[in-house]
Amino acid sequence: MISLGIDIGSRFIKALWLENGKILKLKKTETSYEPLKKCEEIINEIKTEKIVATGYGRHLFAFNGDIPTITEIKAFAIGCKALFPDCKTIIDIGGQDTKVINIDEEGNVKKFEMNDKCAAGTGRFLEIMAQVLGYSLEEFGEVKVDLTNPISISSMCTVFAESEVISMIAKGIPRENIALAIHKAITKKVIAMLKKISIDGNVVFAGGCSSNSLLQNLIEREICKKLITNPLSPFAGAFGAAIYGDKIIKFQ
Amino acid sequence: MSKDYTQLWESLGINLEKHDGLLTVLSDAYKNIYLSQKNRPEGMKYFDFVISEVHGLRIEELYEAKKNKRKVIGTFCVYVPEELIIAVDGVFVGLCAGAEIGFEEAEKYVPRNTCALIKAFMGFKLAGLCPYVEMTDLIIGETTCDGKKKAYEIFNDITRKMYVMEIPNMKNESDRILWLNEVEKFKTKLEDLTGKKITLDNLKKALDIVNKKRKALQRLSQLRSIDPVPISGLDALLVNQISFYDDPIRFTQKVNELCDELEERVKRGKGVFPKGTTRILIAGSPFAIPNWKLHSIIENSGAVVVGEESCVGSRNYRELTDENFSTIEEGIEKIASRYLTIDCACFTPNQERLDNIVELKKTLKADGVIHYSLQFCTPYLMEAFKIEKLIDFPYMRIETDYSMEDFGQIKTRVEAFIETLK
Repeated sequence: MISLGIDIGSRFIKALWLENGKILKLKKTETSYEPLKKCEEIINEIKTEKIVATGYGRHLFAFNGDIPTITEIKAFAIGCKALFPDCKTIIDIGGQDTKVINIDEEGNVKKFEMNDKCAAGTGRFLEIMAQVLGYSLEEFGEVKVDLTNPISISSMCTVFAESEVISMIAKGIPRENIALAIHKAITKKVIAMLKKISIDGNVVFAGGCSSNSLLQNLIEREICKKLITNPLSPFAGAFGAAIYGDKIIKFQ
Repeated sequence: MSKDYTQLWESLGINLEKHDGLLTVLSDAYKNIYLSQKNRPEGMKYFDFVISEVHGLRIEELYEAKKNKRKVIGTFCVYVPEELIIAVDGVFVGLCAGAEIGFEEAEKYVPRNTCALIKAFMGFKLAGLCPYVEMTDLIIGETTCDGKKKAYEIFNDITRKMYVMEIPNMKNESDRILWLNEVEKFKTKLEDLTGKKITLDNLKKALDIVNKKRKALQRLSQLRSIDPVPISGLDALLVNQISFYDDPIRFTQKVNELCDELEERVKRGKGVFPKGTTRILIAGSPFAIPNWKLHSIIENSGAVVVGEESCVGSRNYRELTDENFSTIEEGIEKIASRYLTIDCACFTPNQERLDNIVELKKTLKADGVIHYSLQFCTPYLMEAFKIEKLIDFPYMRIETDYSMEDFGQIKTRVEAFIETLK
């Protein structure tokens, strides 16, 4: 029995195949301008019994056939609970959305917060700022900085922050320090969201930005807790969708 | 639309080209959002017709009314005493304020960070797209929020038709006196405008008309408490929106016919969604027509909207006016005190609103409450936080406007909220 979870994000499509509850295969590909085509390629890779879609593009995909959908909030709750059984709180910083989620003992969503329409505090914001500073996205999260440096940017708006960054460059401030200021701004936004739910128990860092270790360090310093993450964390949504699909198969 | 109204629109100074565009967009949106719904009651056909003629037949009716020396009074708020307008044989209409129209024009007069409702009523007028505003003899504003208050000053410069009523912000004895004076002044204003005196007889008749309309809307609301629910939230919202435009006597009759049909449905156990569908109560800012965004998202995410704690909703019909009086003065007092029961977020303190939300959630058997605030609508945005701290049922805050940019994010949040209720 193979179940495929497919998480169609704004930047990347993540796919995870489960065979009898065990991870069979992972795949990550750019969403591009033809997400449906990319999804079809993924589906055709392995014959599966059930497909469940999640992520921003879930409805686009579901529209084309009989594919159930769950929100990425539910998918991350299920996926993180499976990956990290002691997890109570989830931070998911994706391409265009940031979400923080509290889950109960069974992995059900208890409370969540999510950004509204602006891109402030999301992966998109990081990506644009990395570009301005001439870093690749991978380099950006690995920049070596003194975390105690008091530098900060005041604006969280992607548009205004960009002009603030440009004026910092013009002042001759080293780009490492500007990179730190940008990461601090995102951290501030995430902490504000976390305070609206509760920073309960073990906190998992998932989503596309969970591989950014600078962001991880900064959030850890603020909440005085270690964040739990591993290379599977960006796939937590796809994993949750696949587990959900597996349950549907068993239920049927 | 059943016939060509071009001449009528032209005489009103409507921008014909843009207006055609608006009607096309409206009609497409209506098809997609309304006509695609399943299991709609037959009684909704009348309201479909009203919408299809919203800038046509109804405008023609107003035109006829004016020819017969009746005055058309435009309003933006449930605080304006409709009874008095009807008593002087005036026609009461809510003005266009529910779509992202003419915002660039409006932003020449008001800051960009002004709520969508204000920008829309300014925009509709400035873009020449609201035949209602052109039909009016008088437009009633009210001091419910700072944005509206200041916008009315500008709107008066543009239209020269504004009359602003002062709504107190508290409900103490001195506020009651202030408000009673405002209602009395409004009565005089209407008598001067129309040349007709308010008498005990025409006041009682007007009150009967308005109370009957409220009772019909209450009846519709009660029917939504049943599971399976016999009417969709979208359709019920539309009826509530139309209550501000239509002829009140005809409207009441049509709502009652619809309710008769819904009662039949209830007897047969027929619903518009399956029994056990997740039930949502929406609380917060008004839904001016054609703002159907949140209802449409919720009802396309596997839940049903069972009520609106809103000015386009329960705030408009919850309280009747006491008809038991024997002098005009006494009648005016009853009217003034009825309007002061409205729990608009502009009041402080406003404990009644919280109590009413809790009560409404219970009577409508809602599984959860979604608080909806228009962006930059400070009174409701503030109360949304306050309510969250005081209630103990599933609750989510949404802040949005008329644009579709955040459709995806809101859909995700609404779906996730519904998932937690199942």
